[in-house]
Amino acid sequence: MEWILEPWPWYVAGPLLAGIMFALIFLEKQFGVSANFRTMCAIGGAGKKVKFFDFDWRAQRWNLLVVGGALIGGLVAANFMSNSTAVDIAPEMVSILENYGLNSAGDAYLPTELFGMEAFGDIKSLAILLVGGLLIGFGTRYAGGCTSGHAISGLSNLQFPSLLAVIGFFIGGLAMVHLIFPLIF
Amino acid sequence: MKKTLLYLLTGIVFGIIMYKSEAASWFRIFEMFNFQSFHMYGIIGSALLLGVIGVQLIKRNKLKSFFGKNIQFTSKNKSFSRYMYGGIIFGLGWALAGACPGPIFVLIGAGFLPVLVVLLGALLGTYLYGLLRDKLPH
Repeated sequence: MEWILEPWPWYVAGPLLAGIMFALIFLEKQFGVSANFRTMCAIGGAGKKVKFFDFDWRAQRWNLLVVGGALIGGLVAANFMSNSTAVDIAPEMVSILENYGLNSAGDAYLPTELFGMEAFGDIKSLAILLVGGLLIGFGTRYAGGCTSGHAISGLSNLQFPSLLAVIGFFIGGLAMVHLIFPLIF
Repeated sequence: MKKTLLYLLTGIVFGIIMYKSEAASWFRIFEMFNFQSFHMYGIIGSALLLGVIGVQLIKRNKLKSFFGKNIQFTSKNKSFSRYMYGGIIFGLGWALAGACPGPIFVLIGAGFLPVLVVLLGALLGTYLYGLLRDKLPH
């Protein structure tokens, strides 16, 4: 059972993720996490001002349960199923990140500079988190899905639009890491 | 009630997979966009391979859902601009925050409270899209 406490290899995680998609398919639902942001806006009353959020969000209750579960899963995995939090990334990555001032690379699960409690007292870290979130929320709704909805569900159903979206994900991600990171870090 | 538990349980397993595979780690996303490890590609690729095979099996054998109904797959609407532009915008955010939507919830559960700022941003971004929707090319 020791392996459970170690980081899980891709050939365990990938097939299990496919299993999540199939579990939802057999429950007559489509795997897609980002739709919950729209639901949350609707619950907050955004439908009174913007028509896009004027829908019966109760039909999306199942999806809120899935992300509620994901939150519990994160709590359980981090607190009871892990003996170390270090993410063993490639050594070349560690030295690049150290040059960026992210010295927790190789020792932590997330960069402590951005995701530790000290981030709340640092304007630059807060701005990175907020802008990152804005782009995620805007982009996923514009594209009609995220990694789960397009890269897993959509491509599994051989949807060409999902391929376009995934190509877009990579253009955006590569531009951020290679063109914009050297400017902001 | 039974359905509620099934959705919740599916989410819990999903959250554990995302955390334990490190797909919820900012570092893994950075590494992926630097092509320095097979890890993330292996996760997405193997999920996809099994996904394609499974969906075909469901369609060809006309398998029924747990509730005995026919399984319907909805096709995505045809468009270029919304998928490409929306995809690029999401990709920028995915790399910057190092989290796609699923891991945002996983990481909050794992106790990384600054991720709440990412969630706030994502809700604002979604709202902004709703506001501007009619003005954007789709």
